[in-house]
Parts: sequence; structure tokens; C-alpha cells
Amino acid sequence: MFFPGEREFIGFDFARGDAMSHFLRRQGWVAGLFVLFVVLFIITRLIQPAYGSGDFGSLVRAVLPYAFAVAAQTVVVIAGGIDLSVAAMMALTSVTAASMMSGASEEYALFVVPFVLAMGFVLGAINGMLIVITRVPDIVVTLATLFVLQGAALLVLDAPGGAAADWLKALISGTVPIPGLPDGIDAWLPKALLLLIVCLCIIWIPLRRSRLGLSIYAIGSSELAAFRSGVPVARTRIIAYALSGLFAAFGGLALTMSTGIGAPIPGPYLLASVAAVVLGGVALGGGKGGLLGPIVAVFVLRLVRTDLTLLAIDPNLTAIIEGAIMVAVVMFGAFITMRSRQS
Amino acid sequence: MTSNPLLDATGVAKNYGAVAALRNASLSVLPGEVHALMGANGAGKSTLVKILTGAIPANAGRILIRGEARDIRSPAAARRAGLLPVYQEPSLIPDLDVLSNLRLTSTPVEPFRAWVRELGIPDLDIRDTARDIPLAVLRVLDLARALAVEPDVLLLDEMTAALPANLAEKVLEVVRRQGDSGRAVIFISHRFVEISALCDRATVLRDGETVGVVDIVPGVEEKIVELMLGTRIVKTHVAARSAAQKAVPAPARPRLSVHNLRVGTKLNDVSFDLADGEVAGVVALEGQGQDELFAALAGSIRPSGGTIEVDGQPAKFSHPIDAIRAGLAYVPGDRAEALAMQRSVRENIALPFSAALRNWGPIAMRQERAKVVSAIERLQIDTRAQGEVQRLSGGNQQKVTIARWVAADTRTLLCFDPTRGIDVGTKQEIYKLLREVAGHGKSVLFYTSELEEVQRVCDRVIVIFGGRVVDIFPVEEADEPALMRAAYGLPRGAKADIGILADPHCSSPESASSSASTSPGATP
Amino acid sequence: MSTTAIQPVPFGRRVKRFMADRPLIPLIILLIILVVILQILRPGIVNERWIANTIKFAIPLAILAGCQTMTMLTGGIDLSIGTVATMSAFIMATQVVNQDPAVAFLLAMMPAVLIGLVNGIGVGVFRVHPLIMTLGTSLIGTGCLQVYQRTVIASGARIPDFLAWLGTGLTYGVPNALLLFVPLAALIVFTLSRTGFGRLLYAVGDNERATRLSGVQYWQVITALYVISSVLAGITGLLYIGLIKAPSLSLAEPLVLPSVAAAVIGGTSIFGGRGGYTGTIIGALILTVLTTLLTILQMPEGARRILFGLIVLFVTAAYLRIVEER
Repeated sequence: MFFPGEREFIGFDFARGDAMSHFLRRQGWVAGLFVLFVVLFIITRLIQPAYGSGDFGSLVRAVLPYAFAVAAQTVVVIAGGIDLSVAAMMALTSVTAASMMSGASEEYALFVVPFVLAMGFVLGAINGMLIVITRVPDIVVTLATLFVLQGAALLVLDAPGGAAADWLKALISGTVPIPGLPDGIDAWLPKALLLLIVCLCIIWIPLRRSRLGLSIYAIGSSELAAFRSGVPVARTRIIAYALSGLFAAFGGLALTMSTGIGAPIPGPYLLASVAAVVLGGVALGGGKGGLLGPIVAVFVLRLVRTDLTLLAIDPNLTAIIEGAIMVAVVMFGAFITMRSRQS
Repeated sequence: MTSNPLLDATGVAKNYGAVAALRNASLSVLPGEVHALMGANGAGKSTLVKILTGAIPANAGRILIRGEARDIRSPAAARRAGLLPVYQEPSLIPDLDVLSNLRLTSTPVEPFRAWVRELGIPDLDIRDTARDIPLAVLRVLDLARALAVEPDVLLLDEMTAALPANLAEKVLEVVRRQGDSGRAVIFISHRFVEISALCDRATVLRDGETVGVVDIVPGVEEKIVELMLGTRIVKTHVAARSAAQKAVPAPARPRLSVHNLRVGTKLNDVSFDLADGEVAGVVALEGQGQDELFAALAGSIRPSGGTIEVDGQPAKFSHPIDAIRAGLAYVPGDRAEALAMQRSVRENIALPFSAALRNWGPIAMRQERAKVVSAIERLQIDTRAQGEVQRLSGGNQQKVTIARWVAADTRTLLCFDPTRGIDVGTKQEIYKLLREVAGHGKSVLFYTSELEEVQRVCDRVIVIFGGRVVDIFPVEEADEPALMRAAYGLPRGAKADIGILADPHCSSPESASSSASTSPGATP
Repeated sequence: MSTTAIQPVPFGRRVKRFMADRPLIPLIILLIILVVILQILRPGIVNERWIANTIKFAIPLAILAGCQTMTMLTGGIDLSIGTVATMSAFIMATQVVNQDPAVAFLLAMMPAVLIGLVNGIGVGVFRVHPLIMTLGTSLIGTGCLQVYQRTVIASGARIPDFLAWLGTGLTYGVPNALLLFVPLAALIVFTLSRTGFGRLLYAVGDNERATRLSGVQYWQVITALYVISSVLAGITGLLYIGLIKAPSLSLAEPLVLPSVAAAVIGGTSIFGGRGGYTGTIIGALILTVLTTLLTILQMPEGARRILFGLIVLFVTAAYLRIVEER
């Protein structure tokens, strides 16, 4: 199933040339995605001229759990692995938070949030440890933990329920009031977007700049070269999965915040996360890409859904189109990696 | 010679299961010295390097650094001990830029830049991603990164391979100066030119043992070749096949004809013919393009230039099935590559029978059994543990990989080092089988890393060096010393002319042959 | 490896080798132990009716686990079988209202073939990981089914009598489903052991590179495999609707995880190259009995999933140890 050389394949080959700046060379794909997002946004306005700031706010709120799921997947994929338990982890953390906050005081939620985040981190680390210790391939281990976490979520809550503290719910509704900014612009800054940016930046930016971050890229890019460069491969892998668990816990909290309850059955976040990771320029196989691309990609994918809905296409048909897009993206990514491995 | 060694490894041994990769290796490197580490393919050089740099643990032995016993458990520990390797394949992380690679290994940037300029690359952009940098430059950067932390002992594995001449020159210059500044360099190379120009002493390994340490003086390459070959040099002539066993005269049209074949950067220009009823040997040092040659003939990779003709017809292979249909079957040296290890002997031998779509239906069990049994008998495979191929001995496993194509009655076998790591008895049987196959009018292309096999099996020998055919020997002239010289790219001819630094007064044919039988310098 | 004949083999290793060689015997012992525990917990529960019932519920699981066994032999997995079974069951139940049963049957099998083909091409040609690929097609399939449901919502659904007879009926106390299952199981066992295709499944899963060097074209094997797997899942769906008699959009979904677990318990390696269908059948029986046991112990659904997940993980890890020690 896995061959030693398999991890060394190349993902997207960016355009080269001395005239292009380093930024464009590295971020060309992300810039393209961003342009795609803007184009889609314009299309949305054309379809529905009334599409306004309020709709944008609900788009961001809908994106929030997806974005965290994608972040969780991105870290692991960059480290050369894959995490199938992302969606189940989100379900478990969501129901845990919802059931703990149910009937509890507002202040109690101040304890619940860090507890749930720590839980995600630890469960993710356990995923990583199982992979390192048992030497069973990551895809099998996380498949097994997918079932275990799903079961655990059902044990916590066997049907959708629980509650969320009001201040948590308020955290993602409405816009950020910035004094001195005209309301017209202010309305386009939903709180959910700010929350997403803050949560991702707090973890990602220091990580990206640290040796640990470099090590995560290193083990994904070439495990042998990383080992020879003195990178502690096993430890780095465990930390990557722990971070994935942490992001998934953020995603679970976001679910509880936006719905006000917890649901034990995982949503369609697994395939969506893999598709957004591939679309975002992170090669399955590791070592390449960043967090920005997948996050923009997830916005693109959600906006496509919005457009399909606005075009009054049957919502179930929308699900099929969406699924087909995701599968096509994943197949395209696999095809690219296969071609580059051959050359 | 009076100062204490910087690095002193003694009695180093390493076993992989029952196979001993290193038995008793020792290596002592003095301060200010450039020390060559030499040995034929499979002598244990790379294993010793891996142990010294913490990539794998040794089973036995002692490693002293500056007189202190050190336990090097990881590459990071080797770094801390002041031992830095530069491997053949660069260890820069391909997807990180150069600067990040420096940060990952805590290498100071300014000294690195200085070394890069020194090594002849004036215009490096430190923000370039390693993957976008050409291989040759990457290797130099790897060296610069190692030099920048001022290691006590620098370990260079085939440092100048794949380097263009101007870079190679700079590298050698820097390495020499490294010795002058009191640090030590361990230099692994197949190139006598470099070793004689650069090194002070050489340690020679053979069969996992250190067999001698020699000072590099003019004419020493003769002695090194002897040390690398050991006592085997004496018996080769005895074992050479008699003329009666020789192949039938070649027919007018060759079975396989290769013209100017090129594959990537490894195989540059290879042309030869293979006739029916012939066993043609291929001899090359590791990594000279022989892997690519066999892979191209087997249909595993596509050549980037040149032509392959089968029975006079041009052939293009895009999948091994195309080669198999043309009657070319590839027997890899690594048995793990060819066998379904958890399946039975029978299933492994019968595997090609089911390959085609039309053979997916019910198997004619009796017919298959007859074919398999006859192949098993011909190869005398010990089938006591035939339920799973992985329980067979290495030699029997190798026989299964060949039996598969004997059962399929393939016209041309491409055997890539089929006797690697198997016992002497089985080797003899495989030699016999290959001759037998040729005797039935079939043909064999036979790459071997053990030079003595050439005279036992082959009718002709094709020698490849640097991706090119450098010589084609008739078997009568292909004794081990001659092959060894050819494989190292040394010109064929009278022995007196061999040495690059040859001094005709001290290296006469007589002294060379007399020292051959006694093998001076070999340690018990 | 070669020294085992001379040295006394440690007991632990002997047990492991025995397990690896004859996985059936410990499995049967485990099955008997579970039945005995059940009998102790609820004296008298094990009777003729219970056995017939257990077999009835084990058969759909065993066929789906057969799909899983075959795909796992090549180092793959097929997570779309739940959706495929549900689709064919749902289409059958709704089409049979207005159509001839034969036509309804053909219509019901169409999505199965299509999904199998897409899976096979994705895995075999594009080299998408089978897990991701089959998960994706299963999502698309579910979406399609939802759209389809709206178009037939007016016409209602009916379970054909034949399927109900096959799914639930007993003849002299023996479940009629065995009429379908026994030939099907025999066919699978025969295919795996006595046909070229079966050989290739094992060989591809064991060492894809070796099969390539022997001239095997990977994509052909894989495409055929996933189509077969999907068709089997479709047939299972028809049988299952006869058993459950209530068409829903998540009919066979709960069988997916147990089907993986049954194959793993039955000794099929998730890494490919090793295993067989007889073990899987016993694995399916074990899981069915285990489910009864958990129900009696009033274990919630969540605990069952956790248990199945842990079984998959531990059996795989233990298997890896057994293989590595040789």
C-alpha cells in the first residue's frame, strides 16, 4: 500500500522564472484561488443582486467548521499523512462541549472551551502515537479511531442535543464593530471571520516560524532527508496529529457555537477537508503548501454551493454536484502526483 | 602518525538477520588527514558509513571520537559528536528553501554563504526551494552546509559523482584544505584519480572486514585492487569455463540489439548486441546506469533516447507486458521486488500465466502443476516450505524468480545480480542453469556485482562506467583484475601502464603478479 | 527463518505461527465461546429459531464482508458498498410498483455497476486511495438517492414477495437466504483459489511491483474487482430489503463498519495478499453473535462502534507483529 519512495513525489509544479517574484512563485496557486473566489463572488452578485453583507456573514458562519476541519487535515497532510478521524473528532468535541454546557452557567463555558481543546489535542496525540508505535499505516489507524471517536460521541449524546453558552454563540454572530469605519464596510467584517483568522493565526504563524513547523514540512517532504538532518521524526509526527486534533476541536466548538447544540453523527467534513486540501495546493504526500490555500479553497467550495442554491437547483442535486466536484478534485490531485512521480 | 586519531572505530559488526553486512571493520582517522574508504560493491562501505553517522546501530564494535567512547544513536548525536556526512543523495529537504534547510539543522548562514562562494557558486539565492536547484549544485550546498559548522570529521560519499568538472575541482580543493587545517575527511570514491590526488591514506574493506590500510603513494592502486579482490584472484583462472562449453557461433541477426540507449542522466550512451545462445555479462560499479539499462529493457521505464531492437524489429515498451510479449523477462536482484512473499511457490511461478485478461478464468490445475513441477525440478528448488515463499532460504527464493520464466519458456532472461547474497551451492546451480538456458538457444543478459562470476557464466562482458559502455571483453580476457580496472574506468592494456600516477620503474608486471598471490596487508 | 528446524521454537511464536497458518480453528473456538457465554447469560436462548435468525442476519453481512475481503486482498477497501446496497434496495422497492420485476432488477443493478466502475477507474487508473475514492462515490450515491427519492415519493414502495421469501422465509427451519448465499460463497471461494483473477488479487495486494514485472496490468484487475464488489453489494441490498422490509435512505449503512471488521477478524490482512473468504464468513457470524450479546448486555450503539473500531486496530497491529517476526 505504501512504498518508501512514495512520500517523495511532487505536487503542483509552480511556474518558474526569474522575473517573477518569490511571492508569486510560491503563492501563485493561492493567488489564483483568491481570484477564483472573487470571480465566484461577482457571479453570485450577478445571479442575486441582493446578495449582501448579511449573506456573506452567513457564508462565513457556514464555512467556519469546514475551515477548521481543513486546517486539521492540512497539518497532517503536510507532515506526509492523512487523518480520517477529523469529522468524528469534531463530532465528539462538539457533543462534549454541548452536553457540558447544557444547563450550566455562562461562566462554566470558560472552563469548557479549554477543556475541549485540550481533549482534541490529546486524542490527536494518541492517534499519532498509535501510528508511531504500532507502525500500522496512518490511513488504517485513523480509520479505526474514526469508528472509536464516533462511538464515543454516541455515548456522550445519543441524539442531537445539549446547549451552548450565549456568549459563545454571540462570538460568531454579527459583525465586528470598529469605531471610525463606515457601516457599509463594517458590515462586511463578520465576527466569525475574525474568530477564524485569530484562531488559525495564533497557532499557525508561530508554528510556521518555529523549527517544529519546519520539521513537520521536512518529514512530509522526505522522511529520509529529515532523519539525516537530525529531525526527530516520530515526535514530530505525533505533534502533527496532536495539532490536527486541536484544530478539529476548534471545528467541533464552531459547530456547537453555530448550531447551539451538539450532533453525534459526523458531518461531511472528511471528504470536504481532503478536497479543500488538494484544491488548496497541498500535495497529498506531504511537504508542500500552506494553510492559506486550503482555507481559500474551502471558501470557494462553499460559495459554489451558495451559487447552486441561488440558481434554485434542487438542494439534493447540489449535494451531488458538490460531491462530484470533490471527487474530481481528489482524482485530479492524485493524477498530478502520479504524473510527477513518473517524470 | 604520532598524534591521536580523531576517529577510531574498531571491531564494528552489523548483521541483518543471518546476513553479516559488516564482520570486523575498523577505521582510524588522524587529524589533518584525508582518508579514503574503499571496497568493491557490497564490501560494507555504506553500512560502515551509516553506523558512523548514527543512521543505524551497530551490533558490535567501539567508536572513539578524540579518544572518547561515543554512542552514536542518531544523526543528531553524530552531529553533536562532530561527525558530519554528505551523502550521495542530497539530504536537503526538497520542499523547503535553502534558508529553512539551514535553520532546520541550526547551521549558521554567513559561514554557509562563504563556503558556497568558495565552492564556486557565486549566485545562489538562499530563498530558492531545494527541489528547483540542480542536483549538482544541491550536492555542493550539502557540502557547504556541513563545512559551515566546522565538523571534526567530514564524511564524503562519492562527493564528485554527478558534478561537472569545474565544481568537482573546487570541491577537491576545499577538501584538501580541510585536511590542512587539522580536521579530517573520510573520502569514499570509486575514482583513483581523485584518491591519488587527494588522500593521505586508504582503508580497504572486503566482505565486511578491513583488509588493509595503505599510504597513498605512486603505484598504490595496484595494491588496492588486489586488496579489494583478496585471494579470489588466484582461483579465477581455474574456474574459467573450458572452450567446449562455449556458446554456439552467433547467428547473423542478433536477438536483442541496443543502440545509443539513453535514460535520464544516468545512462548516457549504451550500444550492444545479444545473440541467441549467448550469456552476455554486464559489469559496472554501483550506480553507473546499469539499473536504468535493465529497467528500460524490461519495459519498466521509458528510455529518453536510442533504440531497442528485438529480432531485428524496433521495439517500444510502455509496460513490462510489452517486453514479456517480446520474450524479454526481467529477474531483479532484489527478490522482494519479484516475489509475492506471502504466496506459495506454485502461485509465484505461475504468476505470469494469469497476467493476461484472457487467462483470468478457471485455472487448468493439472496442466499448471505439471509446468510448475518441471520448473521446480529443473532448478532443484527445495520445496519443504513451499506454502509461503518468505519461508524459503534466499537462494531458493532466487530460484523461484528464475523458475517463473523457465516455466514460461521465455527466450531472453535479463538477470540483474541474481546471486546477490545467496550461498555458494545455490550460486553454482544458478550458473549451471543459465548456461543450460543458453545451451537451448535462449539468451541471457547477466549483470553481476561479483566479478569472479563472469568467467563462470558469460561468453562476453560489457563494462559500463558513467553510463557508457567503456569496453567489451571476450571472456578469455575478462579476469578479475582486468574487469576491476575497466569498471573503474582505467584503460585496458599492459599492467605497467595502468596506474594514473604509475611510475614504470617500481610497478613492473612481475612485482604485480607476485604480490597478488600473497595479498600483503590483509589482516587475519 | 531457516534455524527454526533446529532450535526449539518458543511457545508464543508457535502459537502465532499456528494462528497465521490456520486462522479458522481459533475463530471457530471464539465463536463457540461467544455462543456459550450467551447461553449462560440467557439460558435457553440458543435454540433452533435463534440459530436460523442469526444466520439470516449474518448472511447480508457476510456477503458485504466478501466485497471487503476481495478489495482488502489487493490492499484496498470499499466503503461505498453500504450506499450501493441501499441504492439497489431502494430502487428495487420503488420500481417494482410500476415495473416488471425483471426490469426493476436491472434498474436496481445499474447504479451498482456504475459506482463500481467509477471506483475502479479512480483507484486503478488515477491511483486515488481506495478509501477516499469509495467514500466520495458513496457521498455522491447518497445524494443521487435523495434526488431519486423525491421523484418516486408519490408512487410508494413495495417489497417483492420473492425477496421477502428469500430474506425472511424458512424451509424446514432452514433460512431460504442460504439458497442464494451458499452458491455465492462457493463462487467467491472458487474465484479466489482456482481462477487466474483470484490469483492476481492476492498477488497484486502482496507485491504490486512483482505483478507488474510479471506483466499484470494493475488497472484491469482493480477495475474488474471494484465492479464485482459493487455488484455483490447490490445483490446484498436486494436480500437485505427482503429481510428488513422497510426501505430507507440509510438501510445498509450500519453494515459497512462491521463488514470491515468481519473481514479483518476472519484473517484477511488489510495490507493485502493474505486471507480468504471462509474466515470472513465465520467473522461475520462472530460479529452477529457479538451484537446479540451486546444487546443483551444493554450496551449502547456507541460502545459497539468503539469495540468494532478497537477490534480493527488491534487485529491489524497484531497481524503486523506476526508478519514481522518471521
